Amino acid sequence: MNEILENVVLADSVNRYLVAAPKIAARRKAGQFVIVRIDEFGERIPLTIADADPEQGTITLVVQAVGKSTAQMATLKPGDRLLDVVGPLGAPTHIERVGTVAVVAGGIGIAPAHPVAQAFKQAGNTVIAILGARSKNLLIMEDEMRRAADEVIVCTDDGSYGCPGLVTHVLNDLIDTRGKPDQVFAVGPVPMMKYVSLLTREYGIPTMVSLNPIMMDGTGMCGGCRVTIGGHTKFACVEGPDFDGHLVDFDELMQRQAFYKEQERVAYERYVQRCRSQEHIAQANQSL
Amino acid sequence: MDQELDRNEIERLYNLKAKERMQIERQPMPEQEPDVRRANFSEVPFGYFPMAAIVEANRCIQCKKPTCVIGCPVGVNIPGFVRRIAEGDFEGAIHVIKETNMLPAICGRVCPQEQQCEEACVLAKKGQAVAIGRLERFAADWEREHGLADVPPIGADTGKSVGVVGSGPAGLTVAIDLRRAGHAVTIYEALHLPGGVLMYGIPEFRLPKAIVNAEVDVVQQMGVDIEYNTIIGQIETVDELLDRHDAVFLGTGAGLPWFMDLPGENLCGVYSANEYLTRCNLMRAYDFPNYDTPIAASERIAVVGGGNVAMDVARTAVRLGAEEVYLIYRRSEAEMPARLEEIHHAKQEGVILKLLHNPVRYIGDEQGRVCQVECVRMELGEPDASGRRRPVVVEGSEHTIDVDTVVVAIGNGPNPLVPRTTDNLEVDPKRGTVVTNLNTMRTSKRGVFAGGDIAVGAATVILAMGHGRQAARSINHFLATGVWDIDELPEAFRENGAG
Repeated sequence: MNEILENVVLADSVNRYLVAAPKIAARRKAGQFVIVRIDEFGERIPLTIADADPEQGTITLVVQAVGKSTAQMATLKPGDRLLDVVGPLGAPTHIERVGTVAVVAGGIGIAPAHPVAQAFKQAGNTVIAILGARSKNLLIMEDEMRRAADEVIVCTDDGSYGCPGLVTHVLNDLIDTRGKPDQVFAVGPVPMMKYVSLLTREYGIPTMVSLNPIMMDGTGMCGGCRVTIGGHTKFACVEGPDFDGHLVDFDELMQRQAFYKEQERVAYERYVQRCRSQEHIAQANQSL
Repeated sequence: MDQELDRNEIERLYNLKAKERMQIERQPMPEQEPDVRRANFSEVPFGYFPMAAIVEANRCIQCKKPTCVIGCPVGVNIPGFVRRIAEGDFEGAIHVIKETNMLPAICGRVCPQEQQCEEACVLAKKGQAVAIGRLERFAADWEREHGLADVPPIGADTGKSVGVVGSGPAGLTVAIDLRRAGHAVTIYEALHLPGGVLMYGIPEFRLPKAIVNAEVDVVQQMGVDIEYNTIIGQIETVDELLDRHDAVFLGTGAGLPWFMDLPGENLCGVYSANEYLTRCNLMRAYDFPNYDTPIAASERIAVVGGGNVAMDVARTAVRLGAEEVYLIYRRSEAEMPARLEEIHHAKQEGVILKLLHNPVRYIGDEQGRVCQVECVRMELGEPDASGRRRPVVVEGSEHTIDVDTVVVAIGNGPNPLVPRTTDNLEVDPKRGTVVTNLNTMRTSKRGVFAGGDIAVGAATVILAMGHGRQAARSINHFLATGVWDIDELPEAFRENGAG
């Protein structure tokens, strides 16, 4: 259990892991996540399940190395094991047949958007996926999304691929030229979800967003993942991670996500330092 | 037998008359000095040395009708084990305890004895109770340190199997008793370590994790299977457990932290007690960055609440290096639900009690981090439903305290994951507890039993153990007879859980 079967680099500092987790693979639904602990010193990292194969007993995780734990995870090789994998966590995304659904995903958010696009499609919706990345070399899972959705529109901030600009521009154009989708599902960086929600509120389009606050246990026991939804506190790990985008206090979420920035920097620098000195030792040993 | 024991002294004490026994002073338990322990997470008391334990045990006058036993939620034969300690027979003492309590090293540390056995002690009425908790702890530690803890005998295989949800005090107790009766037992634990609140909640300085691990080792050596990282309600439902087990026990605890719904409660730096303690205890954030999990590096921290959990948080904050630790409580010290010993220890360690204070809102800086708590002062009015005098706001008493961290420690509700995902399981709509008959520990769903905080709301470790014990008897009855609808256990099943 928890064995890493594949670790593939998808883009700069973004890896895709295939992990043996048969029970979770059989059980998970679109929108759910797992919590992973790499080793006995590790923190508990919440990661959305990007895909699952119940027959093979595997789940797919797509992870961007943004700090110590995720950088360490990137060094794991096939055959290595994650110490703990717990899930599926959170409530599944609410999927129903509504007509046309725009699945808007930015950056690493394309990974969690993938099973949601699949599920909306399977429920009989027309799915238009709008994928955004800073640059072409950071775009992930385009082929998978093309298979999952009826139509894919790609945009990049720097114009290196697809339409130049942000996903909100593409969504706005889509609404102007082809009319309102019946529902929008957005997942990605918090500012992106915020501006998508502001736009769809203007047009009165029901919008769901998938939130990624800091979490620890994932069972509703600690409340570290508190988010404010329409003035009420919700625990994203059990009551989410999906919420009505028009009710989310995104600014608070951004601030809460940044709370441990200083400690995260310390941990990351220390880790990099250690890796360097280990490399140094390895090189020295080789030259002996 | 230990060589350092003074046999002559033991004999002299043994021959004392009741009146003389009652003259002996209650023996203090040596502990770390406050200035020293402020800077470490090691356990505060060192425990009795053998002769001190023997002297203390000789204070017991061996009442014919021992009221202390009635005060114990699991009915430990207190005079029996105390007498053996008095005789210097420590091994005999621990065997007596273990007839009824399989987790004495834990109970000896975290039970509120002054409200239970020691409150009921005859000597308490005339002065100071026998230090029953310290003696229990002594016997358990003596056994463990001498490597004598054996695995209790397992009953003949019954071919029945029971699923236990949660490895906290209720779950561990029910598992032990069911194995003793010969049933197969699997515990499903949501976290990556066993023990529930014993592991994530109670700090190392009050309950060393090595002790929890030693107790859990025994449970596993008895053949109890523990599946970690398994959240019932998410990966499987209770109904699915009933497909492969003959009965299910829910011991999922009070894992839902309460907040006060105050403005600013979601600012950065405002924690629930569960989160603060779990980061520190379970994830070892006190050893960051050797361990990856961070925790706020607080200088001025306010802890809201007056129970044991609030004390645990405040004393943890002291050890994490906070310069000023305020404990904000809306009543006076006399009404604090925390154990006297914990309040005493907290004060010794420099925790500043802000009594008759209540927070009304939290104020943040431009980064959304808490920087002040606004409080009102309170005064005590007429007694309320709890019998304690109701705190009333003093008009115009608003004032602020500068802080960089706040921990809300006002209690927990039952964790809703299992109730929410289980069909035909009656839940108290107001309290969120699973409706449970406390005679039989049976729920509204056939084959499903419950105990501990999920059944009664946040209570104590020993009460959870008592529930576990009673549930095991009731499960034994159900598995033997197949009879579900009873209000009370038949006589034959009421005695010890060994069945």
